[in-house]
Amino acid sequence: MAEVMRSETLNISNNTSSLASPELLHVLAVDDSIVDRKFIERLLRVSSCKVTVVDSATRALQYLGLDGDNNSVGFEDLKINLIMTDYSMPGMTGYELLKKIKESSAFKEIPVVIMSSENILPRIDRCLEEGAEDFLLKPVKLSDVKRLRDSLLKAEERVFKNIMHKRELEANDIYSQLKRTKI
Amino acid sequence: MQRQVALIKQSLFDQGYLDEQFVELEELQDDANPNFVEEVSTLYFKDSARLINSIDQALKRGSFDFNRLDSYMHQFKGSSTSIGASKVKTECTMFREYCRVGNAEG
Repeated sequence: MAEVMRSETLNISNNTSSLASPELLHVLAVDDSIVDRKFIERLLRVSSCKVTVVDSATRALQYLGLDGDNNSVGFEDLKINLIMTDYSMPGMTGYELLKKIKESSAFKEIPVVIMSSENILPRIDRCLEEGAEDFLLKPVKLSDVKRLRDSLLKAEERVFKNIMHKRELEANDIYSQLKRTKI
Repeated sequence: MQRQVALIKQSLFDQGYLDEQFVELEELQDDANPNFVEEVSTLYFKDSARLINSIDQALKRGSFDFNRLDSYMHQFKGSSTSIGASKVKTECTMFREYCRVGNAEG
């Protein structure tokens, strides 16, 4: 019976966090401007994030495996915690990318942040209505990135605590059952 | 030598060529990444040269496709904003305004 308890406690440490690695957010950044890509990559690295940068929405979808190539192999291991995308891009816009992500069952929970150099209220509203986590005006500041990161980490912490609490209750339940049967 | 560089830099700020965004860039540089500002600036100059060339070609064609010109300007303005090239940004805005009203002379 002691064996059973031990394997239960071991399971608690698996899959309690969707973070790419302890405390490291993995961010996918999408922007067609090479200057902005360099800039956002640096901002994110300085904020202790793991970064993947792509130059178009199409490439972002390819990376996520959502480009219709039925590439479901490997995206189980792909842990993206945040997607930051430019709004105005040739081909597919950031808004269209946002919609595609929110339509996908695999990635709709991932927060998507839109960046734009233009402060157009109807545009902002539309993005937020479609489920964007936030809308940042360019040039993006270090303080914006830090704020995002902190709120995401807090959310992850809450999820983690909930899971731990649940496991604790389950463990207590098993323990009381064992006591009752007087092992 | 260092003092001279500092003076030149200060005058760029004073004359409105650079704004506080450039300071943000400088703050992203550190001992582990000592060339960040240089790298970004190099990319900016390359990209700007490309855009200016495209705009030049478009103007030479003489047909004044304002939408296309506006699109180039939007990109140019975007990267200038990110790097803190404030005067360039202002000129881009003016250019785009001319495009908007179809002013080929401007």
